[in-house]
Amino acid sequence: MRLLTHNMLSCNIKGVSNGFPLRLEAEKWVEKEVELNADFLRGIFPKIEWKALAGAARALGYNELPDEADASMLDADDFLRRFHHALLELHVEEGALVCPETGRRFPINKGIPNMLLHEDEV
Amino acid sequence: MKLKQVEGLLGTLQQFSNPKAESTFGDISGKVVADFGCGCGTLGIASALLGAEHVISIDIDSQALEIASENAADLELDIDFICCDIKNLGWRGQLVNTVVMNPPFGTRKKGSDMGFLTIALKVASEAVYSLHKTTTRDHVKRTALRDCNAKSAEVLCELKFDVPQLYKFHKKKEVDIAVDLWRFVP
Repeated sequence: MRLLTHNMLSCNIKGVSNGFPLRLEAEKWVEKEVELNADFLRGIFPKIEWKALAGAARALGYNELPDEADASMLDADDFLRRFHHALLELHVEEGALVCPETGRRFPINKGIPNMLLHEDEV
Repeated sequence: MKLKQVEGLLGTLQQFSNPKAESTFGDISGKVVADFGCGCGTLGIASALLGAEHVISIDIDSQALEIASENAADLELDIDFICCDIKNLGWRGQLVNTVVMNPPFGTRKKGSDMGFLTIALKVASEAVYSLHKTTTRDHVKRTALRDCNAKSAEVLCELKFDVPQLYKFHKKKEVDIAVDLWRFVP
């Protein structure tokens, strides 16, 4: 699971209003290089919740993202590379996503988060 | 991979490969694509092969996802899989550009495919590609335009699916279904 996907997921339990971002607990993750697409990064930047991305990256030991970011930083190659790396090159294999409001854990196995709800959560 | 899954995978790949989405509309390459009800992963994999920047494939069945994951790995593709019921998807923002899907046709649970379509039109920012039985064409158009406020709903082509006996509830060895490939703009 890439951090781009993590940036989209929120807790889906009925009645939860503060289900984003899910706290990332990572036990195993890998890095896989992929080609940088600057147009893509510039296009998606405004839709990204930056604090959630930076927080998730830190959970994986990647501390190179600034705490805050604005669009002007996209002109710098160095920033683009770090953004790209955090967003697309870090893959969580084992761990869990934890709801900030209820503490409910959604396990991640072999890179696949299990967001299936129990009957009483729907 | 079980033989039945292989047949299902190949059947869908041959009869619905989606070059139009890319060549005519540019909806796949460099985009974030979601495959709703991905099963063995065919559409998401096709999207990745067509140059999607990021693919997220979702299914309720964890066994199907394991197979899909192996299929993606065999082709050395990076696809994110999520095990989830589409109805209960907690998704923030409009990060997905295009949704591609081959939803359950609603032969067992009536209206399943329309449920998928409603959610797809909420999630996608640019386009939804979907398959629905030709017999439901008018109903699909009405639902998309009137109920989901889609800007457009167009049948790109009509396909014939040879569905082999894949599930226990399939009574015949093989059946032909006329299917429409739709493109919706949310």
